[in-house]
Amino acid sequence: MNSIAILPETAVQVQQLVLKFNTNDGPVVALDGIDLTIEQGEFVSLIGPSGCGKTTLVRVLADLEKPTTGTVLVNGVAPEQARLQQSYGYVFQSPALLPWRTVKDNVILPLEIMGYPKFRQRELADKYLALVYLDEFKGKYPWQLSGGMQQRVSIARALSVEPQLLFMDEPFGALDEITRDHLNEQLRQLWRNTSKTVVFVTHSIPEAVFLSSRIVVMSPRPGRIIDIIDCDLPVDRSIDIRESQQFLEISHRVRQGLKAGHSYNDQSA
Amino acid sequence: MISRLRSGLIGSSTLPVLTILFAILIVWYLGAIYLNSPQLQDRYKKQGVHWSYIQLAYDSWNMKRAVLPSPHQIALELKRTIIDQKVTSKRSLVYHTGVTLSSTLLGFVMGTLLGILLAIGIVYVTTLDLSLMPWIIASQTIPILALAPMIIVVLGAIGITGLLPKSLISMYLCFFPVTVGVVKGLRSPQPMLLDLLETYNANKIKVFWHLRLPVAAPYLFASLKVAMALSLVGAIVAELPAGAQAGLGSRLLSGSYYGQTNLIWAALVCAALTSAVLVAVVGFFQRLVCRYLAGGQEAV
Repeated sequence: MNSIAILPETAVQVQQLVLKFNTNDGPVVALDGIDLTIEQGEFVSLIGPSGCGKTTLVRVLADLEKPTTGTVLVNGVAPEQARLQQSYGYVFQSPALLPWRTVKDNVILPLEIMGYPKFRQRELADKYLALVYLDEFKGKYPWQLSGGMQQRVSIARALSVEPQLLFMDEPFGALDEITRDHLNEQLRQLWRNTSKTVVFVTHSIPEAVFLSSRIVVMSPRPGRIIDIIDCDLPVDRSIDIRESQQFLEISHRVRQGLKAGHSYNDQSA
Repeated sequence: MISRLRSGLIGSSTLPVLTILFAILIVWYLGAIYLNSPQLQDRYKKQGVHWSYIQLAYDSWNMKRAVLPSPHQIALELKRTIIDQKVTSKRSLVYHTGVTLSSTLLGFVMGTLLGILLAIGIVYVTTLDLSLMPWIIASQTIPILALAPMIIVVLGAIGITGLLPKSLISMYLCFFPVTVGVVKGLRSPQPMLLDLLETYNANKIKVFWHLRLPVAAPYLFASLKVAMALSLVGAIVAELPAGAQAGLGSRLLSGSYYGQTNLIWAALVCAALTSAVLVAVVGFFQRLVCRYLAGGQEAV
């Protein structure tokens, strides 16, 4: 908890962010005029149709894309700085595990690359594999695990460097709905227990509403934020909360936002 | 019965391979009649003997200095030059195969190392990518038969003889598939995995060891199989122009000087068997490595 005290209050601060990709058909505006502030400990979902730039926005935060103009601060420093300080963990759309490494060795990979001492590597890997309920599968290889378990390994891997920030780019997009619900509950638990800041990309409304403390609704071409919704459901949530009136109301508002984004797009086209 | 064969030690490909072998033998014996009978018929005519087709077939399969010797003649030649000779004798095919094998292996090792180094250079240095690749491709358009004598003569002039010049020709042939394969392999990691290592701030060397090299290994082994066969071809070709005293190439040459087709074919069979064994050895390591890289899962 001490480490959190010295962190700046805002985990992510984005001002007037514009990102243009140069393509053969000329420049494409992927993100336009993005303003977003995320406080420490928040769970923020970015939701929008494909091509709205939500993944690109997270990639900018992670220093995997460079903004064209605008300022971006991650934990109070530039994204590149944040990346060099290992202040975030990144979970990709697919598990992205190395097939020749065991589950445990996959979790150790970032620690090994960053030069952690051997005993510390094992300690951290054990700790975070236990956190995602995979201690029994340490010695297995990725192909011996189901898709949901593989994605849990990749979450453990992102957590193993103990970052305060977690970027998740549609991590459960490829999973079946039952597994997805299950992992949503686990992730919610994990967020509650670790008090990490999570930036979560999704195109599923129920997933966003269930997981988040705030939801950022985005529209495509150019990628813009059209609504930011506080998701003030009770802190203790089980998957059943999805049948509550409050849940449905928030879902409705998200859906309205997404619709508005689309009609805006139609008018401009 | 077939299922037992399949699951047994013999492996599932035995029956098809034997079938093909049988077919080849039949075609070979028929070919021997076709190619050898004109000579025999001339001879019969000169000597004025009456001949039957059975006689013709029998004679064409057992002719001395036949245009196409029959398989059993080659087998006898192999027995004469392998089993009936001491291994160290200059008449032993084992000795000659050994000579060729040593330059094949040296050339293969040198070619593989050169190929991998070039590939790493091409993948990591943009200038090399643009400047080297055209030359590498051009190098392979020069017929090795034209180049080999010059290499041997030039190196001989500066006092380098024996194993090294021959190995250099093998190396010249076999670095190419290695370079092409490894370049493709080193460039094959998924972008997502490269991004992942980028988030760890991994430097180029770490990306190479943890990701690019393991991902490139299957491509490397596919190339090594081709390179191994080419390396043997290179070694044999290298033994032709210099009038080499030993090696399968020199046996081919002396066989053709003296019209000893049996000798030529015996040397060719040795070359083919050597090549098959060498490629199989590479294949064995390929399976080991690929199984390791798939996390113990048997590669398809």
